[in-house]
Amino acid sequence: MSTAPALSIEGLKKVYAGGFEALKGIDLRVEQGDFFALLGPNGAGKSTTIGVICSLVVKSSGRVAIFGFDIDREFAAAKRMIGVVPQEFNFSIFERVGDIVETQAGFYGLGGAQSRRQTEKYLRKLGLWDKRNEQARHLSGGMKRRLMIARALVHEPRLLILDEPTAGVDIEIRRSMWSFLREMNEAGTTIILTTHYLEEAESLCRNIAIIDNGEIVENTSMRELLQQLGTETLVLDLADPLSEVPNLEPFVARRTEAACLEVDIDKGQNLNEVFARLDAAGIRVRSMRNKSNRLEQLFVALTQSDGSTETLVHAAG
Amino acid sequence: MPRDDILLPQGRRAVFEANFVAFRTLLVKEIRRFLRIWPQTLIPPAISMALYFAIFGAIIGRRIGEMAGFDYMEFIVPGLIMMSVITNAYANVSASFFSAKFQRSIEALLVSPTPNSVLLGGFIAGGVARGLAVAAIVTLMAAFFIEIRIHNWFVTLGMLLLTAVLFSLGGFINGLFADKFDDISIIPAFVLTPLTYLGGVFYALELLPDVWRTLSYFNPIVYVVASFRYGFFGYSGDVPVGLSFIAVAVFVVAFWFLSLWLLQRGTGLRT
Ligand SMILES: Nc1ncnc2c1ncn2[C@@H]1O[C@H](COP(=O)(O)OP(=O)(O)OP(=O)(O)O)[C@@H](O)[C@H]1O
Ligand SMILES: [Mg+2]
Repeated sequence: MSTAPALSIEGLKKVYAGGFEALKGIDLRVEQGDFFALLGPNGAGKSTTIGVICSLVVKSSGRVAIFGFDIDREFAAAKRMIGVVPQEFNFSIFERVGDIVETQAGFYGLGGAQSRRQTEKYLRKLGLWDKRNEQARHLSGGMKRRLMIARALVHEPRLLILDEPTAGVDIEIRRSMWSFLREMNEAGTTIILTTHYLEEAESLCRNIAIIDNGEIVENTSMRELLQQLGTETLVLDLADPLSEVPNLEPFVARRTEAACLEVDIDKGQNLNEVFARLDAAGIRVRSMRNKSNRLEQLFVALTQSDGSTETLVHAAG
Repeated sequence: MPRDDILLPQGRRAVFEANFVAFRTLLVKEIRRFLRIWPQTLIPPAISMALYFAIFGAIIGRRIGEMAGFDYMEFIVPGLIMMSVITNAYANVSASFFSAKFQRSIEALLVSPTPNSVLLGGFIAGGVARGLAVAAIVTLMAAFFIEIRIHNWFVTLGMLLLTAVLFSLGGFINGLFADKFDDISIIPAFVLTPLTYLGGVFYALELLPDVWRTLSYFNPIVYVVASFRYGFFGYSGDVPVGLSFIAVAVFVVAFWFLSLWLLQRGTGLRT
């Protein structure tokens, strides 16, 4: 296998029939083996991008290649590389679960025994084997989503694209999906996912792009992105209430409730020192957590419409 | 795990085989669909044919006596079979394809490497299968009323198949352009049904006044019905059977390439 990127997009533009420009010339590169997050607010152009990649949306201009196969010129090869889990359910609800997956295998040219074997493999992996004879409409929402994942994987694609795979899925199943996706990725499948749960992206993905208004506003590694955020805020629950804000120099502390403190820690500062100061002030800490999701703060900053994007990231970093 | 074998068929033969599997898969899916909803797909044509046979054949037909030298019941049977093939082939493809669009399950096919010609072929084969299934049911029922004789098997089966293909293609094009359920019932109601009723199913064209007779020759279904009847009795009125075959075949080819062209453009499918 060549070392071509799993996905390469150059100058991709999409103008919908009504004249709306959903993608304004984006460039994107996802390396083989990556676990990649494509983030962005509602209407940013994530699904449009995915639509173009798997040829459900006709691009207006630009170039897209999957593992080096151009989606226009070598469409069959390019399509074989991709498995896609769309944002909305798109199977016939009256068909049986097993038939849906087996039919998909057939569309990729896997016949008879092979398609049955692949179907069983992925229905089992996604915990749907017992449901194989049910009509799809009798599945719960989370099961339907897993059905679409099984269907996307039945031909063993090298690139798995999931458009909000965990929307409307309960916590337990979300966790099990995460570990399933991690396993797939460790076994060599490149994964691209979109999500509005930023902690999901933070815990799964190594690289990330943020798209807003049809433009990529950030494309970097998750680690770098998080490092750009200089300040982290700790929330401390205290054993005893305080009457005033203690002096924890050089740290800045705020009292939000009688027995609750927020402390800002800059990059390069040491957590131990916070505790040393707290000790010295005779403050006992009962528990501690990070204030909100840092990625979320960054995300909001990046995709705000007032154009303050750049300033925030660079000031923070 | 030989992932690469699964992923990329190497060589023309492997590609052909993969496409054949895709075609067969789609055909099986289409057949499974109309069998699953048999009360909507197989029973209604059987009921309406039973009514035609009973009313026009047994009750009124006895009064009519002969038509073009044939027992009236005998005369209408080939036309009735054709009528059910036309309606059902058309309805199968337009409904199945449109609801695949509507439910977006067509996307599963569109993201796969299946070429458009295979996609088209699969849906058309599904429509033909339904047309033939209904033809078999109707013929079987007719056999209770008349003795079925076949004068020319080649003409009978050839015209049956070509007609099923032609109207399946029509249904496909209708399904492509449709964007609500109403859109797939307009053509059958306003075009197909009148043309079929006026297509010489129930009467010999010789009975018509000259103007109407001449007008009838612009109705394509006249040729289909008359040729099919020729297959049964060796009688086609003044419709030339050979020419009809050629005309239907030309339409099949034209509709096939029109459908492919529309698919290629993504009409009604890709935004
Ligand atoms: N078929 C269409 N015709 C016209 N405009 C469309 C079409 N599909 C999407 N759009 C527009 O393109 C923009 C991008 O939509 P897209 O579905 O790609 O967003 P998204 O990032 O996936 O959003 P979400 O998080 O809500 O799923 C939106 O403004 C949307 O209204
Ligand atoms: Mg979307």
